[in-house]
Amino acid sequence: MRIDCLLAGVGGQGTVLASKIIAQTAIGKQIFARTSETIGMAQRGGCVVSHVRIGDQNCSPAIPQGMADLIIGFEPAEAVRNLGFLKPTGQLLVNTKPIIPVTASLGGIAYQAADIIEYLKNTGHRAVFVDGQKLCAAAGTSKVLNVIMLGVAIKEGLLPFSQEEVLQTISEHLPPKFMELNQKALEIGYNFQQYL
Amino acid sequence: MKTKLLMGNEAIALGAIRAGVNVVCGYPGTPSTEVLETIARERDNGIYVEWSVNEKVALEVAAGAAYSGARTLVTMKQVGLNVASDPLMSLAYIGVKGGMVVLVADDPGPISSQTEQDTRHFARYAHLPVFDPATPEETYTMIAEAFALSEKYSTPVLFRPTTQVCHACASVETDDERYQNKIEGFVKDPKWVIFPRLSYQNHIKIDANETKISQEFSESPYNQISGQGTLGIVGCGVSSTYVTEALSTINTPVKVLKLATPHPFPDKLALQFLQGLEEVLVIEELDPVVEENLLRLCGKLDLAIRIKGKLTKDMPVAGKYSYELVTTALCKFTGQELPQVRPVELPPLPVRPPVLCAGCPHRASFYSVKRAMKKAGQNAVFTGDIGCYTLGNAQPLDMVDTCLCMGAGITIAQGLQLAEPDRKQIAFIGDSTFFHTGISGIINAVYNETDITVIVLDNSTTAMTGHQPHPGTGKTMMGSISEKISIENVLKGCGVTFIAKANPLDLAKAVETVTAAVNHKGVSVVIFESPCIAIVKPNTIQEIKDNCISCKKCIREIGCPAMSVAEEKVAINPHLCYGCQLCGQICPVQAIGGVNK
Repeated sequence: MRIDCLLAGVGGQGTVLASKIIAQTAIGKQIFARTSETIGMAQRGGCVVSHVRIGDQNCSPAIPQGMADLIIGFEPAEAVRNLGFLKPTGQLLVNTKPIIPVTASLGGIAYQAADIIEYLKNTGHRAVFVDGQKLCAAAGTSKVLNVIMLGVAIKEGLLPFSQEEVLQTISEHLPPKFMELNQKALEIGYNFQQYL
Repeated sequence: MKTKLLMGNEAIALGAIRAGVNVVCGYPGTPSTEVLETIARERDNGIYVEWSVNEKVALEVAAGAAYSGARTLVTMKQVGLNVASDPLMSLAYIGVKGGMVVLVADDPGPISSQTEQDTRHFARYAHLPVFDPATPEETYTMIAEAFALSEKYSTPVLFRPTTQVCHACASVETDDERYQNKIEGFVKDPKWVIFPRLSYQNHIKIDANETKISQEFSESPYNQISGQGTLGIVGCGVSSTYVTEALSTINTPVKVLKLATPHPFPDKLALQFLQGLEEVLVIEELDPVVEENLLRLCGKLDLAIRIKGKLTKDMPVAGKYSYELVTTALCKFTGQELPQVRPVELPPLPVRPPVLCAGCPHRASFYSVKRAMKKAGQNAVFTGDIGCYTLGNAQPLDMVDTCLCMGAGITIAQGLQLAEPDRKQIAFIGDSTFFHTGISGIINAVYNETDITVIVLDNSTTAMTGHQPHPGTGKTMMGSISEKISIENVLKGCGVTFIAKANPLDLAKAVETVTAAVNHKGVSVVIFESPCIAIVKPNTIQEIKDNCISCKKCIREIGCPAMSVAEEKVAINPHLCYGCQLCGQICPVQAIGGVNK
């Protein structure tokens, strides 16, 4: 198995943790995993991109342009920004709820949310859209968007893992006090169609 | 054996524990910070860990411990080595007894640094061996080699990962091995006292050791030759991973040298590699260190081999490398056509630069100083420093006119004041940076009768690098609570005659305090005290009320990321708001109020 998965979002959305859960689940299945990400100046409010490369040790830390099998966009504009990474047969999973940067309100390039979603619908790639805000509301907190997105990805066959395998990673590597909440979030993501 | 997903910095940390490290010192700096934090988290009773006041102090503390036979590790980012270079240059002559590894993380790009300096130069300059790992998994055992080499030759050893090794994660095979280092204790000997005569003799010894280490590096398992042909490619550090991946698209046979020990340069291995080659392309980020060494060898031995790289403009001199960049270079080098990349046309996208967090007290501090100067009709200069608050340069605050290096805000203000005595000079400095290198600037300004105002942004943590304690926080990395060092008392001790404390989130009071400070003749200091939002939880958040007139003054004046405009109405994102209430104090019609979270 060889999978390159890119996660794109905004600082604070939990993309980095989601990338670690994917890599750790691969390792749990005895598959080599490599990740890299932006940390530092982009810690809060800036663009965050995590690269997860599974199944081959002989690769560089970042996914090359046009080679990603999957992009998980935690935010629609960030999904679009990284579309150049997706390979022709690659697939998309996108949270449609935008995070409007203050620069857009200060007279910078306006955030045309409808246009961006429309663009994503017409890329020619298979794309799954979810309303992350609605799903988070069902979980009771916006902090579990990352686990919800993983639940959706598993259900849609975008990641080669079962719900149990991801849950095992969460129970082994994440704080026990959030276990119940994360389990609920994974369930909600997996059954996202019920919340549409 | 256990396979773990480890960040490069975590692998280095666990590798250092495995190698029996006893004392670990450092100063936080991206991308090096997690090494020391991981050791502090995973350590047992035999290991001492501290965040030192600055890199020079850290290196000296570690050197002292190494004089006694302790295995020591010092961690910092590349610009930190500039601060620590005084003790390092001399320590190269004096040497150590216990293994001492100086970890210096370089930042090609740069992603979050002032410079793209190359620590491999420092290794050459200081005559110290340096390791340049390619992957997180490689560092785990390589750090033990560095400790062993340090002890064998009684020299400090540099360990230089780059951002894509430090902050990348990988499956790492770990084991339960643990080297037990016996600390002999300090043995009195004239060799620990640096004198010109001793330095002369040690210079000769160092030179002889470099020749020996060069030969050892030629046998290192971390350096590898593979492939064959008349074309050669060298990849140093993380660049070798780009070479490996890019070669899968190259049809011409090539000979490859993966290099992990750039200094002392492994001449013997390099000659073995050069055998039978006509042309070589060197792939290395930052400066052409390996390239120059190959040119030296070719010149010395009269080899007719073309060495290509940065000096021949075949590779870019600045910025980080990538798979795409290396593939393009390899295609050109081997005469192969470039792979076609499908062009993707994107719609216009909003820019998302890093900004001060919603609720960040620095925003209020900057705004109050801006307001005070506007009221006074002063065209003041605002000198900045290194930390989160460098982001105060962004619009609409626009409150950072200069930024050079740690502690320079205060001293640059003094210089500006000398050249333009009638203009107000206001320096901003964070609490951790104040302790790092700010104090000497204060003493210099006071003693030389400078007329400047210093604003200390005290948020009770080292925020930018992920909230490390410093002397003002009263916490240590050993988990103990120590007496806080009071910034106010330090300033008093330095002879500052005007010191005022204020809460920046109380806008009217803050403006008043700044005005009084600026009017004071001499060095005046305002300490703005308000904790970083990452270490406190808000009780209330702000909400827009019905009487909002959509004038957008709040957005225009402070640029808080929790605020946005949708369909001409101002909105506050409840998930981002921290309830700092600055916006409410700006609203001309009192249309912003707090609600319980």
